[in-house]
Amino acid sequence: MEISRHWRLRKQRYALEGEVCPHCGAKLFPPRDVCPHCGLEAKTTYTFTGTGTVVSWTTVRQAPEGFTEQAPYVVALIQLDEGAKLTAQLTDLGETEPYVGMPVEMVTRKLRNDREERGLILYGYKFRPVLARAVA
Amino acid sequence: MSDIVIAGIGMTPVGEHWATSLRELALEAIEKALHEAGGLKPQAVFVGNIHAPVLSRQANVGPLVADFAGFREVEAATVEAGGASGGMALRAAYLAVASGEVEAALAVGVEKATDVVGASVESATATMLDADYEAEQGVTPAVQAALIMQHYMQTYDVPREAFAAFPLLAHQNAVGNPYAMYRKAVRAAVYQRATMISDPLNLFDAAPLADGAAAVLVTRRDLLPPETAQPLVRIAGFGIANDTLAWHDRDDLLDFAAVRASVEAACRRAHCTPNDADFFELYDAFSVYVPLILEAAGFAPRGEGWKLGQDDTLTLDGRLPILTMGGLKARGNPGGATGLYQVAEAVLQLRGQAGDNQIPRARRGLVQCLSGPASLAVTTVLEAL
Repeated sequence: MEISRHWRLRKQRYALEGEVCPHCGAKLFPPRDVCPHCGLEAKTTYTFTGTGTVVSWTTVRQAPEGFTEQAPYVVALIQLDEGAKLTAQLTDLGETEPYVGMPVEMVTRKLRNDREERGLILYGYKFRPVLARAVA
Repeated sequence: MSDIVIAGIGMTPVGEHWATSLRELALEAIEKALHEAGGLKPQAVFVGNIHAPVLSRQANVGPLVADFAGFREVEAATVEAGGASGGMALRAAYLAVASGEVEAALAVGVEKATDVVGASVESATATMLDADYEAEQGVTPAVQAALIMQHYMQTYDVPREAFAAFPLLAHQNAVGNPYAMYRKAVRAAVYQRATMISDPLNLFDAAPLADGAAAVLVTRRDLLPPETAQPLVRIAGFGIANDTLAWHDRDDLLDFAAVRASVEAACRRAHCTPNDADFFELYDAFSVYVPLILEAAGFAPRGEGWKLGQDDTLTLDGRLPILTMGGLKARGNPGGATGLYQVAEAVLQLRGQAGDNQIPRARRGLVQCLSGPASLAVTTVLEAL
């Protein structure tokens, strides 16, 4: 199950912790320590708000191991509001068809089962349509 | 410096070789290449392979293949760079000879992909992605290509049917290739009916991972034994460029920048321009890659590469023939061997040995393999001497 590997990624998986470049201000997710925009060191942590929009999406019908029970599932390329992009599953869609430009927000969900069947469950970020705000 | 030339090539048919092992496939290709080279023996063996550690539980493929082929006291290593492994194996062989460290070097590509099926294969191919940030979300190369295709269609307002042109061309050309996996032309209606893998990408938009091996023996022209009877082909230039591994890390999602950089570098070294090429063996792992490659290589404006597939531009007698022996889609995609199949097929064209698929007066070919969506691009200019 590679327990230490998943533990190491907990801040990214559960809180979208990336980095901000102290030199040019670029926000980075996933964290990559060297800013791709200015080439300088960027190790200052920055936690993303978790809101963004769908740039592209697909419904996966041929799934890899650990994901076959979920298929068909929707994967999207998401533009985070602060500037970085990531690839993640869309969830809680109900009858809603995803669309380009759809506002989404990060939630924590089960990613997959332990492929070695030891009962461990892997959690991480997925994105759902932004819920309409409750009227006070 | 004397020209770096290709002294011999060898290929196995691409397909499902249940009776043949990884090492046996490699040996078959090696024996053919050595036979062509008139007894020339390599002092270095570089083996392109992607999936053996996962699908065959076999690492150390380079030394294994060198041993099984009967070589002793040669240097041997696996070269792995995803889908560009075969091209990088040739690069290693080229550098070994060009540096003067060895007189002859063998680039071998081999893949044994059909021992496992289904979700296990999807998982194996997903190891080429960013494991922590793509594969862990249930993403495979096909899923990534579907996202790219959807984005291309949306951005440039292109109908899905337009992509059929590329697999149909590949299948048409594979009819004349005895090594191809699918030697059967298909009709547009078959493309329309094909099973969806990951919308909008269907079975015909994705090249099939398959078994196969190819070998290319490289030496200096002045070292060729007099017994070599084959017309000579030289490696005129290499250009290699990388980009972000993960597609989501691209600033410009529809620009295969590494393709442009590697084509420009290869042509600069070969003292030619892309338009001087008589054909272009490109990396059609997914149909949407074809327009993106054509655009980045400078053959079409951005957003218009798909239009080149809608007329005769890319056919064997067109202005820019591509996938001349069936491409990845119909010859098949034997992973780490694919880049060397492309080179071997280009050599057949330049020697005038491409049979029914021969391009008249082919003197210069552009050959390119990619890792992922041009996360690495390896371009080679080959010329008939």
